[in-house]
Amino acid sequence: MAQSITVKIGGEAGFGIMSSGSMLARAFSRHGYYVFTLNEYPSLIRGGHNIVTVRVATEKFFSLDRSLDILIALNKETVELHKNELGKGTVVVFDPHDYEWKAKELPTGVTLVPVSFRDIVEKLGGEVVMRNTVALGAGLAIMGSPFEFLTEVISDQFARKGEAVVNHNIEIARAGYDAVGDAATKLSAARLDSIEKNKDYLLINGSEAVGLGAVRAGLKFAAIYPMTPINALISFLADHAKSLGIVYKQPEDEIAGINMAIGAAISGVRSMVATSGGGFALMVEGLSLAGMIEVPLVIDMGMRVGPATGMPTWTEQGDLLFTIHAGHGEFARIVLAPSDATEAYELTVKAFHLAEEFHVPVFILTDKYLNESQWCVEAAALKRDVVISRGKVMTPGSEESTTSFHRFDLTPADGVSERSFPGMKGGQYIANSYEHDETGMVSEDSAMRTAMVDRRLKKIAAIRKIMMPPVVYGDQSAKTVIVTWGSTLGPVLQAMKKSARIIHFPWLYPFPRDATRELLTGATRVIDIEQNATGQLASLIRAETGIEIVEKLLKYDGRPWLPEEIIERIKV
Amino acid sequence: MTITANSFKTSYLPTWCPGCGDFGIWMALKNALAELGIGPDEALLIYGIGCHGNMSAWVRSYGIVGLHGRTLPMAQGAKLANHTVPVIAIAGDGDCLGEGGNHFIHAAKRNPDITVLIHDNQVYGLTTGQASPTAKDKLKTKSTPDGVAEPAVNPLTLAIVSGATFVARGFAGDMPGLTNLITAAVKHKGFSVLDILQPCVTFNHVHTYQWYRPRLYQLDSVKYVPNNRLAAVEKALEWGDKIPLGVFYSETAPTSEDREPALASGPLVSQPLGISDLNTLLSEFS
Repeated sequence: MAQSITVKIGGEAGFGIMSSGSMLARAFSRHGYYVFTLNEYPSLIRGGHNIVTVRVATEKFFSLDRSLDILIALNKETVELHKNELGKGTVVVFDPHDYEWKAKELPTGVTLVPVSFRDIVEKLGGEVVMRNTVALGAGLAIMGSPFEFLTEVISDQFARKGEAVVNHNIEIARAGYDAVGDAATKLSAARLDSIEKNKDYLLINGSEAVGLGAVRAGLKFAAIYPMTPINALISFLADHAKSLGIVYKQPEDEIAGINMAIGAAISGVRSMVATSGGGFALMVEGLSLAGMIEVPLVIDMGMRVGPATGMPTWTEQGDLLFTIHAGHGEFARIVLAPSDATEAYELTVKAFHLAEEFHVPVFILTDKYLNESQWCVEAAALKRDVVISRGKVMTPGSEESTTSFHRFDLTPADGVSERSFPGMKGGQYIANSYEHDETGMVSEDSAMRTAMVDRRLKKIAAIRKIMMPPVVYGDQSAKTVIVTWGSTLGPVLQAMKKSARIIHFPWLYPFPRDATRELLTGATRVIDIEQNATGQLASLIRAETGIEIVEKLLKYDGRPWLPEEIIERIKV
Repeated sequence: MTITANSFKTSYLPTWCPGCGDFGIWMALKNALAELGIGPDEALLIYGIGCHGNMSAWVRSYGIVGLHGRTLPMAQGAKLANHTVPVIAIAGDGDCLGEGGNHFIHAAKRNPDITVLIHDNQVYGLTTGQASPTAKDKLKTKSTPDGVAEPAVNPLTLAIVSGATFVARGFAGDMPGLTNLITAAVKHKGFSVLDILQPCVTFNHVHTYQWYRPRLYQLDSVKYVPNNRLAAVEKALEWGDKIPLGVFYSETAPTSEDREPALASGPLVSQPLGISDLNTLLSEFS
C-alpha cells in the first residue's frame, strides 16, 4: 500500500488525455486526497504525444517527482517515450492491439497489465475516443479504490449531455475497472491507502484561480486575446460572463486588448488583461500609457518558453526582468508572483485592490506550469471574505461643471489623487498621454513636468510601506539558503524543505530590498533556483541589494523542475 | 444649465496653423454637442495623436488623449464600461487607418455605439508632412518626393464593407453641413464613421479649399438613398471632378453593447461588485 501514487496517461493529442487526468484527479480530491495534475503536450491540436501526470496522495505535497507507479498507454508510443521512467513496481496498462509488450522489452520489475481498450469500447457500442474512459476505470482498479469514486465525476462531466451518455460512460469505465480484475490485488505497490476525508478540496488550474480571484475582487471587464498559457482564464470569464454580470471581450490583438481595458478602467470598472510574453510585447505601449494616466489595471502575464514563439506549450520564468522594465518612461508598477493556485487566487484579489489603491498597473506574473496544472485548493481559502474598497474616488456633484476637476492633484503625500469617471458631474478632466497639469491639460512646463513625475513616483514609496516581505519556508536554522520565485517554489520545497531555508518572493516589484538584505545577511551558502537561463531573480537581488548570488541552479528546457534534479545539483 | 458651444471653452487657444481644416471640425463638434444637449461632464471624447488630437486642449469635456492609432479600442472599452456616456473618437487618417487600421476594421465589425471623426487631410501634419494612408492624386510629401505612388485607403469603402452601420463624409469647410453630420452620427445607434475632408494648408498644396469646393456635392441633392451596401460602395468610390458629401450608408443593427447580457441590467459601472452566489460557482471545481 502506498501513501502517494503517480499515474501517467499518455496518447495521441485529441483523444481526451487531459480530461481523463482531470477526472481521475477529481475522483480523489473529492474524497480528501491531495492531488495535482500536469499536462504536457506539443503545440498541436491533433496528433503528437500528450501526457497527463496525476499524483494522488494521502497528505499534502508540493510537486511531482520522478516516481511513476502506473503508466496508462493509449498507444505504443507512450510506452516507448516513457520507458526510461519505468522502474520496479511500475504498472503499465496497455492495449495489446497497439503492441504486444513483453516484460523483457522493459526495465525489470515492471508489471504489464494488458487491457483491450478497443475491444471493450467496440463491444459496448462506444466511439474509439472513449478508450480513455476504459483507461480511467482500469487505472482506478489498479489503485484499489472503489468504483464509486468515478461514477460521481463521470456523472458531472457528462451531465449536460444527458443521462444516456452518462450511463454509457459509466458502463465503459466499469468495463475497464473490471478488466483489471484480480490482477489489481497482486499489485500492492500501486495501491493507494484509503483515508478518512478531513479536507474539503477543490481542483482548479492556475488560470481559473486567477479568474476566481478576479471576479471575487470585482472584475467587471476583461479583454484578452487568446494565447497559451492563459486560455483557461478566457474560458472561465466567457463561460461566466452571463451569470456573473461581467463583460469578456475578445479583441483583435493584444494592443486593442490593453487599450480596451484601459478605456473601461478609466470609465470606472475593474478591468484586466492576460497574455504571455509575445502578447505582452505588444501591450507594452499601452502599459506605459496606463502608467502615465494612472489607470488601475491588472495584467496576468503568463510566461512560457521564449524568445519569440519559443516552445509555446512549455514552461519558463524568462520574463521577470522584461515585466519589471517594460514600458518607455518611468512609472510605478507592482509585480506579484504566485507559486501555486491558492496563492494565485489570493494575489489576484490583492492585485485588484492595489491597482485601485495606487492607480497603477499591477502584474500577476504566472507561467505555463502554474496556469495549466490543476491544483488542490482548500475550499475555505476561496471562501474567505473579500472586502472591495475602491480607493480614492471623488464624490460627484449635482451640477454640470464649469471648471475642470483636479484629477491629478499634486498635494497628496502618497501621490495618489482622487479619480472621477466620465459622466460624473463635476469630475471633468482629460486622461492625457502627454505630460499634463492637474486637470490633465497638456503641459510642457518645466516645473509642472518635474512636479508631476515626482508625484507619480511618490507612489513607489507609498507602496513600499505596505508591500509583502518575502516568505520564508523550510528549516529556519539551516546554513543553506535558497532564493526562488513563482511556481519553482513547489519543487524546491519538495526537495529541500528539511535541509534549507527557502525564501520565496510573492512580491517582486517594488523589490523588498531591506527585508531581503536582512534575510541573506550571514548566510554561508545562498543558492538561486529559477526556471530560466540567466538567473533573473539573482540579477534583481544584486541590483536592489548589492548582494551577488554566485551559485545558481537554472533550468530552461521547458520542463518544470523535479525535486530529484535539485537535490542532485545541490550536492554537486 | 443650457449647453452651448461656449460650455466647452478652455483657457487655451488653438495652435493649429491659420486656415487649418481642424478649426471647422472643432467648431462643428462643439455646435453638434450643444445641439444634442451633451455637456462637458457627459461626453467622453477620445483623441488619437496628431494635429487633430491637440483639440483636447481647447474642448473642455471628459477626454482621453490616448496613443497614436488606439482611439477605437479605448472607446470600445469605455463604452462597454458605461454605455450611457456618449463616446466620440477623434482620430486622424494616419492614426485611424495606418497605425490603427486593424482596430478600425474590427470596430466596424462589432458595431459599438460610438462615433469616429476621421480628420482626413492625407498627411501627417504633426511630424511635418509625410504621406498618410489616404494620400492620393500623386500628392508630393516629405516621404513621397516624387508623388504618392500607391493607391489610397478609402475610409468609406473600408467602413462599409467592414460592417459599419453609419458611414458619411463631411467637409471641414462646410460648418453647418458638418454640424448636421456629426449630430446625425452621434445620434446613430451603432458604429458611425464620419470621414472629414480637411485641407492641410501647410503640407497639402493639392487638396485645398479651392480644390475641393467646385468638386463637392451633397448626396441629398441627387436623391441618393443610403440603404444599400453595394450602392454605397459604388458611390464611395466616386472621386475626381465630382466628390460626394453626406450619408453613404445607414442601417439599424444590434450593437456590441446589445450583445452583452451583463449590460441588460444597466451600465457595468453601476453594478454591484463581487459574486452573490459563491457556493454555486465553487461547486464547479469540486
